[in-house]
Amino acid sequence: MSILTAAQAVLPMSDGAPAENVEPITATITAAQAGGAFPLMWLLFALPAVGAAVLLIVGRRSDRWGYLLACALPIGSFILACILLAQMMALPEADRQVTLELWNWTFAGSFDAAFALRLDPLSISFVMLITGVGSLIHIYSIGYMAEDPKRRLFFAYLNLFVAAMLLLVLADNYLLVYVGWEGVGLASYLLVGFWQYKDSAAVAAKKAFVMNRVGDVGLSLAIMLMFLTFGTVTFSDVFEAAPEASETTLTIIGLLLLLAAVGKSAQFPLQAWLLDAMEGPTPVSALIHAATMVTAGVYLVVRSNAIFDLSTTAISVVLAIGVITMTMGAWIACAQDEIKKSLAGSTMSQIGYMFLGAGLGPAGYVFAIFHLLMHGMFKADLFLSAGSVMHGNDDQKNMRLYGGLRVAMKVTMVAFFCGFLGISGLPPFDSWFSKDGIIDAALGVNVFAGLVALGVAGMTAFYMTRMLAMTFFGSPRWAEDQHPHESPPVMTVPMLILSIGALFGGLFFVYVAPIGEWLAPVTGYEESTPVIPEIPLKLTSLAIAIIGIALGWRKYATKDVPRVAPTNVTILTTAGRHELYGNAFNESLFMRPGQYLTRWLVWFDNRSLDGLVRGIATGIGDLGGKLRLWETGYARSYALSMLGGALLLGVVVATARWF
Amino acid sequence: MNVYIPILTLAGLAALFACFSVTMATFTGPKRYNRAKYDAYECGIEPTPQPVGGGKFPVKYYLTAMMFIIFDIEIVFLYPWAVYFDSLGLFGFLAMLLFLVNLTIPYVYEWRRGGLDWD
Amino acid sequence: MTPSAPVAFPDIQWLQLAPIIVVLGAAAIEVLVEAFAPRTSRRSIQIGLTFAALIVAFAIIVINAGTFQLVVAGSAAVDGPALFLQGAVVLTALLVALLMMERKVDPSGDAFAARASAMPGSEDERQFTARGYLQTEIWPLFLFCTGGMMLFLSANDLLLMFIGLEIMSLPLYLLAGMARRRRLLSQEAAMKYFLLGAFSSAFFLYGAALIYGFAGTVSFGGIADAVVGQSQMSGLLLGGIVLLCVGMFFKVAAVPFHEWAPDVYQGSPTPVTAYMAAGVKVAAFGAFLRLMYVAFGGEAWEWRPAFWVVAILTFFVGAMIGLAQSDIKRMLAYSSIAHAGFLLLGVMAVTPDSLSASMFYLLTYAIATVGAFGIVMLIRDDSGETTSLDAWRGLGRTHPLLATAFTIFLLSFAGIPLTAGFIGKFTLFASSAAAGEGWLVLLAVIASAIAAFFYLRVVVIMFFSDPVGSGPSVATPSWATQTTIVVALIVTVVLGLFPQAVLNIADHADVFVR
Repeated sequence: MSILTAAQAVLPMSDGAPAENVEPITATITAAQAGGAFPLMWLLFALPAVGAAVLLIVGRRSDRWGYLLACALPIGSFILACILLAQMMALPEADRQVTLELWNWTFAGSFDAAFALRLDPLSISFVMLITGVGSLIHIYSIGYMAEDPKRRLFFAYLNLFVAAMLLLVLADNYLLVYVGWEGVGLASYLLVGFWQYKDSAAVAAKKAFVMNRVGDVGLSLAIMLMFLTFGTVTFSDVFEAAPEASETTLTIIGLLLLLAAVGKSAQFPLQAWLLDAMEGPTPVSALIHAATMVTAGVYLVVRSNAIFDLSTTAISVVLAIGVITMTMGAWIACAQDEIKKSLAGSTMSQIGYMFLGAGLGPAGYVFAIFHLLMHGMFKADLFLSAGSVMHGNDDQKNMRLYGGLRVAMKVTMVAFFCGFLGISGLPPFDSWFSKDGIIDAALGVNVFAGLVALGVAGMTAFYMTRMLAMTFFGSPRWAEDQHPHESPPVMTVPMLILSIGALFGGLFFVYVAPIGEWLAPVTGYEESTPVIPEIPLKLTSLAIAIIGIALGWRKYATKDVPRVAPTNVTILTTAGRHELYGNAFNESLFMRPGQYLTRWLVWFDNRSLDGLVRGIATGIGDLGGKLRLWETGYARSYALSMLGGALLLGVVVATARWF
Repeated sequence: MNVYIPILTLAGLAALFACFSVTMATFTGPKRYNRAKYDAYECGIEPTPQPVGGGKFPVKYYLTAMMFIIFDIEIVFLYPWAVYFDSLGLFGFLAMLLFLVNLTIPYVYEWRRGGLDWD
Repeated sequence: MTPSAPVAFPDIQWLQLAPIIVVLGAAAIEVLVEAFAPRTSRRSIQIGLTFAALIVAFAIIVINAGTFQLVVAGSAAVDGPALFLQGAVVLTALLVALLMMERKVDPSGDAFAARASAMPGSEDERQFTARGYLQTEIWPLFLFCTGGMMLFLSANDLLLMFIGLEIMSLPLYLLAGMARRRRLLSQEAAMKYFLLGAFSSAFFLYGAALIYGFAGTVSFGGIADAVVGQSQMSGLLLGGIVLLCVGMFFKVAAVPFHEWAPDVYQGSPTPVTAYMAAGVKVAAFGAFLRLMYVAFGGEAWEWRPAFWVVAILTFFVGAMIGLAQSDIKRMLAYSSIAHAGFLLLGVMAVTPDSLSASMFYLLTYAIATVGAFGIVMLIRDDSGETTSLDAWRGLGRTHPLLATAFTIFLLSFAGIPLTAGFIGKFTLFASSAAAGEGWLVLLAVIASAIAAFFYLRVVVIMFFSDPVGSGPSVATPSWATQTTIVVALIVTVVLGLFPQAVLNIADHADVFVR
């Protein structure tokens, strides 16, 4: 028996890739034709929306029962989603695209944006993730927010988020995506700033909002450009018409969509808000800033695959951004001492993997979504566990002040460990399948990206080991009055359920319900052959993961961790602690110029024209001085501005004529 | 060009007369001053001394002045209308009647509101 | 001089002119009411007359729908755009009139000074206020202004246009100075508005004179013929266009002719501010569109560069300075400046589509503006309305319905989907892009994204910041203001959801008669 076959026997080799020759979905059937529960698919987002509305309108009177309602409704959506999933699986493969037009919003003859939903394998996958993980996090929040006086409001916002996110992924056209897109942005803003009495939270919320707006402008411009080019914003019509548009147009649309995706998914260069967003309550970090909203950018890119496939420039930029962010995120995660910030860096990095996957084109879309679903489970698990750790330690976030918690918080440690297994790429857990799928595909398309991805996989294992060791192992470093205790079952049970997903999700989606075959009709698939044969590649990736774990263990579990972060560190660590200077970058590139421009305009408007009058007046001496006495108030400067404007117009018209 | 000759002549005469009378006055006029002569010339308005920072200002004079301008403009329109009355016919008559009625309305308003009472 | 044959009685199209005649006639009657009716009954008579005139005028406008002709020997036009925008003006006027009659929000009376002639802070003023006097002259002034607007936007020659402009402006100068509270600010606003308005009128007149020198006529059709017959552009023509545009840019508050707007909006009584922001914008843009489309449309490529500069300046300056405002009325002023910038896209495109889009935009903007100012009237402290944004903190907690209504208006201004403002922006930008101004639309979209910030900032202030002290103090309005706000709200939402019917009307009215 050769060593390779031995490895094949031990390591599961399939990575969930679909069989060859995928047939794209051809037919679109309406919900009415499909029958069953399909005509009710609007309830998916309507239920949580009703929850948010009730809790907000009824107000304090719902304080006592509001959170129960808010938990019940996403669970209702989840049950409905399961029914719909079962029904969809029963449909023939080529028919799995069901649309439901709720209301047709047409005007101006040509404008046609139906309030229409679309359920296909891609969107139902997201719906399952959002409602499933969302429900668990709702339940977890009952315990986590039990002491908070504004718990009802928290649940209202959480429901609002779930509704908006479901709308985003169910939409049948870009305009409706935009509505959901803004909705999740709003919910994120509200929830990050939920503890707004903390300045840091208020600032973080504002920052997240502003940076998201930069991306949103991209989406709105893309929609407008699509409308101008194709005359429609409905997915199927746009994708059908895309091959006829010029490549330049498609590249611009693609890059604008990418700008939107980059803003929402905290990718380079709009990544800086994500770490600050950790100021929000931990369930929010788990649901919005790990499992669902931040992956909306990946959804947008994969959903628009028909556009990206036709523009090599746009898709290359996706790839480049994925590679950069993947590395940056891992780097930051290695250096941060706050548990949530480290996890946030990890999220950036993992989404970078997804972007990398999506940037590979048809060879990678399937794996990007596969990894997204896996990430949704193991990262939610990790965040909830981290929240549980904080909950049990008086909201202490600094890992340097944890240590040895494995005794006091056994269940939490188990859950965190499951998440650790899920992310770090050990067989046969989640990332072993999904991340390696991306790496395999990358090595076939772009060797450089593939090698970087392999390297970052090692960093992933390293920083996860670092977190695990600093939190649960080593000697206790808590403060005197800190009494670590396990969280109540209402928190630990959701964590454990997610742990199961983090452990066995990959196996399930490869062997039981092959995700590749499920998604490929929507995303398309092309086999790519890695430059390294499969078995050595698997072994290499396993070796890299083990090296990462070993290094991390050696550094943080076997040695004492100082309670105060050491300062005599390499420049790499310093940069990582400062989030790679993303804030400085943004400030100098976006914020300062904007501030200066606004200030300058205000100043100009208020004073300089008046000053100009004065300057001219003193310039022409006594006569000017006397003329000024005739003028009253500031109206003179306004009049001067009008006169200047008239001259300006004259000059412009005359100049334009000259050319 | 011919049509402008009378106008230019008139303008020239007016200028001559103005220069002549001002010049003559400085030479021939008696120079006896009194207080009124040192006051600012305000063409009929009472030159109320103003307290520093502003104070009450009599507006009556201006009300009358504005009434004067309204009727002045009325005359500007009435005069050519009267000259061309025949050729303007019934339409011209009705239009001017409407104009006069419209002018009367604010006049009535001002009258009723006491705008014409000096005190 | 021998008398020639009598001038024939010209054919005057009474029915077509009736809306303007009704409004101006009612205004004249109201002056007589002021003269003869006893003081105690004046207010109710004036209000009755005002509403009757506006409603009758609106009914006649509806009856006249479909008219497409020049009237009064070609000096005025009654066509689709004129009727549509006159309708918009009259609707706006009805809503504003409701705000003007509001007497419940201020314990001492309506929004206007008890006696505008009493010196601010004087004993006279105190006594007039104590006796509950009301300045009922606001009603005839208001109707004159409305009639002037209607005339302004249907004028088809430069002289009548100027007359319309002045009939519209002069009463506004007066009304601007009549605020009950903060009277010095109000009088300063009136003075500034008057001085600068007169300055801009001079530009307009000088432009008209140059155009007359070029074309030998003041009628738009005649000017258009002269322009088309021209092989070499005349300096007179270009100079005239520029000067006329300066006059119009001032009225629509385009940068750099905008500086009066924030001061005047802030100082004027709020119903008057609402009318300035809504009615004047509609009328001035209606006239501007007619002027540029009918008279100078053949030479659009000559004057368009000037519009590029002004439009870009306008929407960017409006959006960016609006961000820095801490006073709600000044902020809405900068908002109206930014909107003027967007509307300039419609003026310079010179296509039927952009005409109908501009008209729809104007309608939606005007209605939402009146609604928004209606709410501004209600936020008060001891010294009257308090327009500082700080006073709006926490409004969403204490008065959720009111805050929601204001939010909807702001969302409409920002052009968020499902509001009327979105449809307006969308159709306007789309038509402008179709007219080949794609790059300008791109800039406009960026500017509207910036503008969306300051609208959303207010939303955030209302819903997510803690009230200062005991929270905002909100007056409970009478049915009149409530009606205005509710109607404006319904129009804004319904036109956002089901715009097609009104868009169809605008589309059928997308040609100027010439």
